Amino acid sequence: MTSQLSADYKVDHFQKKATVVGLVGAAVFLFAAVAPYIFATDVTSAWIKLFYLISLATTWNLLAGYAGMVSVGQQAYIGLGAYGIFVFNDMGLDPYSSVLVASVAVGIIAFPISYVAFRLRGGYFAIGTWVIAEATRQIVIRFDSLGSGRGRSITTYTEDAIYRNLFTYWVALAIMGLAIVATFYLLRSRLGVALQSIRDNEVAAKSMGIKVSQTKRIVFVVAAMGAAAAGGIICLQGLGVASPNTIFGVNYSAFMIFMVLIGGIGTIEGPIIGAIIYFLMDYYFSQMGLWYMVVLGVLAILIMLFLPRGVWGEISHRFNFKVFPVGHQVQPLFPGIKLKKK
Amino acid sequence: MNIVNALIQGVLLGGLFAISALGLSLAFGVLKVVNLAHGQIMTLGAYFSVMTLTSLGMDVWLSILIVVPAMFAIGYVVQRTMLQRALRMGELAPLMITFGFSVIIPNVLISVFTNNKLQIPIGDLAVASIQVSDSISIGVMPLLTLAIAVILIVLLQLFLARTRPGRNMRAAADDPQTLSLMGVNYRNVYAMAMGLAFALAALAGVFFGIRQGGVTPFDGQLTVLFAFEAVIIGGLGSPWGTLAGGIVLGLAQTVAGLFGPELPLLVGNLVFLLVLVLRPTGIVKSKVAS
Repeated sequence: MTSQLSADYKVDHFQKKATVVGLVGAAVFLFAAVAPYIFATDVTSAWIKLFYLISLATTWNLLAGYAGMVSVGQQAYIGLGAYGIFVFNDMGLDPYSSVLVASVAVGIIAFPISYVAFRLRGGYFAIGTWVIAEATRQIVIRFDSLGSGRGRSITTYTEDAIYRNLFTYWVALAIMGLAIVATFYLLRSRLGVALQSIRDNEVAAKSMGIKVSQTKRIVFVVAAMGAAAAGGIICLQGLGVASPNTIFGVNYSAFMIFMVLIGGIGTIEGPIIGAIIYFLMDYYFSQMGLWYMVVLGVLAILIMLFLPRGVWGEISHRFNFKVFPVGHQVQPLFPGIKLKKK
Repeated sequence: MNIVNALIQGVLLGGLFAISALGLSLAFGVLKVVNLAHGQIMTLGAYFSVMTLTSLGMDVWLSILIVVPAMFAIGYVVQRTMLQRALRMGELAPLMITFGFSVIIPNVLISVFTNNKLQIPIGDLAVASIQVSDSISIGVMPLLTLAIAVILIVLLQLFLARTRPGRNMRAAADDPQTLSLMGVNYRNVYAMAMGLAFALAALAGVFFGIRQGGVTPFDGQLTVLFAFEAVIIGGLGSPWGTLAGGIVLGLAQTVAGLFGPELPLLVGNLVFLLVLVLRPTGIVKSKVAS
């Protein structure tokens, strides 16, 4: 049977579509890269926020939507990424490369942390990550060189505001591009199939020979690096950390969850769309202050209950349409043979 | 003598953590729901108590008689209208919904009551203490809290073991479908369990508020972690384990307090993470967890 199957059918991995998406994506990326020369500075500086929001949503979705690890403690890595800039900046590195170096450093820190976090699963994993975030904040504020509990500013940064904005913009754009491309390729690879099988049934995945812990650990570390890079951008844009309680605040988890849920969890497009929706909401409604957070919470609950696929998930489900092809489809090799439909 | 005092205070503090963790433990045990808003429900309970005692001019203890049933009703309704639907959608949905509540509640509380600490007056009881020796005095209120924790655990055990609603809850935890075949609406049982969890949380919130000398909107973000830590250190699904977990956490915090005023929270969290690494099943190995 098996040999006959492999003779008559092939598995379509949507290679052509992936190439097209890659090219279009590259074009969009290039346009975004030269955008600061076209638009006014305040437009593109607002986009920096959009870029890091997309990075945050994308990496949280990778963690929760694809690997089934619901974390409410990603602020640990956001905060570490932001504070990492001080560490490497003080060593003499320019703040922009510090973002990348700090992100790698946080990835190295996240590796041992995963051994602690993986002791718990499901909802208790969520709480565990939260405790880790709290403990991280409590440790970081013990360092006087990092400003104790008061926050700190970056020591050496580009004086000229326009150039500073431009560099920050490019770094933010690069990180967003990297986050999306890495997620896309990760999911198209063997690892992606392994991940989704773990999410859907961990025991079954294990019995199929998938290295469950190792696969989850890779995602955990990658997501931490993404959050750290976003934290670095937040620090760059603010020229420092105003308050450790904010950068290590659980609100960041709330934002990430909101973006991913509204856009559509478990899709690549969803978090991007969710981030854009959140960005626009933030732009127009954030002066509502506390009630704005209340609205976010209520919306998240309503979406979870009544639109669990999210905006993009619903569209994609209804029209069977995906921008980023990460799935596989079995297709007949010869046009005459028809596949049985389920 | 300082260390002896810290140990005693730690055990007493453990009683408070155990009360905080009880509702959480019940909700997980029966519904398998990890309620991320547990701490905020506690805070809400404390605010309700403050509202009733300021508007009606009553005692804290009397206000509890109003607040606890009210929170039971709220828990019941929340389960029936929202969480029941979410339960069918898998593990993610209830988590996200309770997380949504944990964002909504403190922000609503700030908007309504501002950030100021609201007092929960308990009169002379607040300062009453038993002098054991020169350096050791045991506060009556913390002692009372520990006693109430023990009483609540015993009552909860008896309720689950001996009464019909309690037995229904255990049955619903194991097999809701079969329970339905026996003519019991498991949704109703679930909602009762969640109501009870909310009621216990509200009670814990009032005690926490009393201990802290008042309640502020963001207290829940702290207490939710304490409660979870106590449950996990103690071992999932074991009420006496929860008390043990609370005491371990309480001891860690008070002993750390001897070395620096900013240390208790950090050391408490680190002890929790250490327990996770060294003894992930918790102190009391539970039959339920595995």
